[in-house]
Amino acid sequence: MNTPTKSASGPRVSTSPVVTTGAAVIATGLRKVYAGKVVLDDVALSIGDGEVLALLGPNGAGKTTIVHILSTLIQADAGAASVLGHDVRREADAVRAGIGVTGQFSAVDNMLTGEENLLLVGRLLHLPAAERRARAAALLEQFDLTDAARQLPATYSGGMTRRLDIAMTLMGRPRLIFLDEPTTGLDPRSRHTMWQLIRDLVAEGVTILLTTQYLEEADQLADRIAVLDRGRIVASGTPEELKRRIPGAHIQLRFGDTASLDAAATTLPEGTRDDEQLILRVPQEGSVGALRDLLGRLGDGVAVADLSIHTPDLDDVFFALTGGLAKEETP
Amino acid sequence: MTTLTVAAQDSSTMLGRELRHTIRYPMLLIGSMLVPVVFLLLFVYILGGPIAHGLGSAARGAPYVDYLVPGILMMTVAAGTSTVAINVCLDATGGIIDRFRTMAISRGALLAGPVGASVLRSLVTTSVVTGAALAVGFRPRASAWDWVAVAGIVVAFAIALGWLSAAFGLVAKSVAGANSMTLPLQFLLPFLSSAFVPADSMPAGIRWFAAHQPFTPVVESLRALLTGAPVGNSAYLAVAWCAAITAAGYLWARTAFRRRGR
Repeated sequence: MNTPTKSASGPRVSTSPVVTTGAAVIATGLRKVYAGKVVLDDVALSIGDGEVLALLGPNGAGKTTIVHILSTLIQADAGAASVLGHDVRREADAVRAGIGVTGQFSAVDNMLTGEENLLLVGRLLHLPAAERRARAAALLEQFDLTDAARQLPATYSGGMTRRLDIAMTLMGRPRLIFLDEPTTGLDPRSRHTMWQLIRDLVAEGVTILLTTQYLEEADQLADRIAVLDRGRIVASGTPEELKRRIPGAHIQLRFGDTASLDAAATTLPEGTRDDEQLILRVPQEGSVGALRDLLGRLGDGVAVADLSIHTPDLDDVFFALTGGLAKEETP
Repeated sequence: MTTLTVAAQDSSTMLGRELRHTIRYPMLLIGSMLVPVVFLLLFVYILGGPIAHGLGSAARGAPYVDYLVPGILMMTVAAGTSTVAINVCLDATGGIIDRFRTMAISRGALLAGPVGASVLRSLVTTSVVTGAALAVGFRPRASAWDWVAVAGIVVAFAIALGWLSAAFGLVAKSVAGANSMTLPLQFLLPFLSSAFVPADSMPAGIRWFAAHQPFTPVVESLRALLTGAPVGNSAYLAVAWCAAITAAGYLWARTAFRRRGR
């Protein structure tokens, strides 16, 4: 994200109109308490225009609460948020006019066909009839739903329902889209289809706030990641910056006896040994080159019973950033 | 567009959505006609004889069916309340309400749609039930203007019960709960009114309740209009009750809708 080149403290001398580009979302000090339980505590975040921010965290970390506050569904107990230049509390309708939201739970009308669902949203957006029909047809085509357009969502697969859901969100050409766990519950193929859809949106210049429980997903899609733990943002940065802070990537070697473990540990002093399990963990990203190098150093003399490559996952992120395991908290 | 035209447009969109649901899944509509028709047949052919003997001057010399049908029509309107409560609850507990809430839609339209659709359904169901009543011997003596007034009371009553059951749908935690909240409107209040027997014939406490609860002036004015009797104060009372229930139901529904967003 671009940092402002001018300090805002001086008197404004510019005669040109104030341009609000630069930040699609600015939130500070967001706090939310439900029944005495703090679910969000002093959360600040900003999303630049056209940027993809991923909120990464386990269930109960507060991801959905942030989405709900920024999309005008609920109000924060404290703090302020501006979305597309409008205050979410005082100018909720202006915010709503520019955003699209796809929540965790399917927001389609199950008693209407896919096409009728899109047309309903078009009517509620007050699109003229011709534009409504054209937009619906284009989205059905784009989301590979044309054949199912006249069917009820009950006949759809999970991936199709999710695609219809997002197509409905896109009817109004929103500038900012909230995607709350867009791939949770989808099979791997549908997940990759969804990733491609999100990349296409990014290419069109849409700003996206995405929540996810998967580090890989955030890594694949986001420009920046904010890691959320029990209502607080514990780290944020580009995927590269975050991964550098995570020591989770390693190659794990298992041996048949202590002698082999000893020999390997001498050759690879950077590894951590686990005598009980006869395991040596060597910090490495799992590239082929690194692996070849490692095996080369180990030579033919040491018998390795088993080798596995461990890439960092959400548990590693949390272990590294919070010093504790990511615990699921049921809301 | 002004706020009012936006609200009107959104309301008609939501009304259209409701009607599409009704046409696609007509079971609730059929059910809300079947129940009053069953009661009509039950009271005309099985219970009506002994009741007619005890009716005395309340029947004004006409067969029991003429006394009964206005109450059945009122019950028909009340039978539609479960559909409103169920549909509003389905929306409120499903994911789609969040989509509507994050769009710049008139908030009132989200409830005005289901209530408006309920009024239209009530006009359909009361017409069908009136047809059934004619078939079993109901002989109204209403003028054309009387019929217009009957339709007006049906509409006012449907609006009032519609807003009330929209509130039920919003405060209920499940669809089954929403449905059971409408049961007193559908069955208890009609029986504790002068719909089936005159309030005078009831025990003291219940008689007082029957004489002062909203269903009684509604059924009394319908009966007076349909049998050509003098309407008296009951029509004013009925309209006043409908206005009061509409206001209370609307405010309750609005509060319940906002409370869901916290």
